Amino acid sequence: MKPYLREKSAFSFEEIPEKTCFEAGYLVTKNSGWRRARPVIDKDKCVMCLQCYLYCPDGVISESDNNICIDYDFCKGCGICGKICKAGAIKMEAEV
Amino acid sequence: MSVTAKNLSREEFFYGHKACPGCGGSLAVRNALKVLGKNAVAVLPAGCMSAVGFNFPQLCFGNNAIISTFAGTASMLTGIEAALRIRGCDFTAVGFAGDGGTADIGIQALSGAIDRGDNIIYICYDNEAYMNTGIQKSGLTPFGAKTTTTPAGENIRGNIRPKKNMFEIAAAHGIPYAATATVGYMTDFLNKVEKASRIKGTKYIHVIAPCPSGWGIPESDTVEVAREIVDCGLWYLAEFYEGEFKVTHTPKEFTSVENYLKKQGRFKHLTAEDIKIIESSRDKKWEKIRKEWV
Repeated sequence: MKPYLREKSAFSFEEIPEKTCFEAGYLVTKNSGWRRARPVIDKDKCVMCLQCYLYCPDGVISESDNNICIDYDFCKGCGICGKICKAGAIKMEAEV
Repeated sequence: MSVTAKNLSREEFFYGHKACPGCGGSLAVRNALKVLGKNAVAVLPAGCMSAVGFNFPQLCFGNNAIISTFAGTASMLTGIEAALRIRGCDFTAVGFAGDGGTADIGIQALSGAIDRGDNIIYICYDNEAYMNTGIQKSGLTPFGAKTTTTPAGENIRGNIRPKKNMFEIAAAHGIPYAATATVGYMTDFLNKVEKASRIKGTKYIHVIAPCPSGWGIPESDTVEVAREIVDCGLWYLAEFYEGEFKVTHTPKEFTSVENYLKKQGRFKHLTAEDIKIIESSRDKKWEKIRKEWV
């Protein structure tokens, strides 16, 4: 199961777990604000080697229908994908 | 069948975490969990991965995961393994501890678990210092590295002690399976995790995971540096299985140690003499590896 983003709501005092257990994969905040540059994929150059997917520390790169998709909500813009891509299909573009 | 990018599970079990951009440790945890699947029960002691994965209510593990005491990764794994086995669950008990939590603080619990032969996987993600608390020297910090507790000055140039040989310490217990890996050669690491999941008894995997903030490298260079450490011979990819050591990747020719060191902020202060010491200890180690290991 991929952890997914929930609607942010304030916990009432009763809802805060008394024990050390809580639901797995419970996300309430994004990481997109950390990014200074965003990876952009050139679909014509991409050869679907999946190295960017394999080496992404945040797991935000995924493959669907023979396309590479990036989850920009959680990409921190580290640029590992841009360096690992032998086909030169990933460019880092500055966030403005 | 060997694990590749193509057949690796598309599910993500470590997502939305707050690790620094380009974190090598999170890369190791993310992919190891993809190999082990949703029934993996992860144990994380105090360290980077528990600090970035469990910020209530932001809980980034998609599988069962729990924080242990700093010293008790392996002992908590022992308990989890025993309890779930008795309840008849289908599971893999896996621990992810940093270098400090393995080689310094958690070493006796790990040693005990190996001695008992508990059916667990222990993965040490080695970023070569206590990075979570602000870069203090650990037992796995290499010679010459600058940390906040081994500063580089006129009299002492960084860490004066060599890196503890954790892989061979684990192997010396007569462990069923131990391996070294790096996040730079990901499929090698993932196949070792997969192999470990099929072996009964205690398994220990030591994976090098560069830390951009602690090592003083750009965040996009994590993977490159993790490859270079193997290519220049300062780290080796090996296995210990059925009582035999085996090298799984032998570089034909070593790349320059100086290039590897000088691109990292923590080694910037090293003199030519220091680099010679590091090179000669590398050559000595490899001489032994080539002679004694298969």
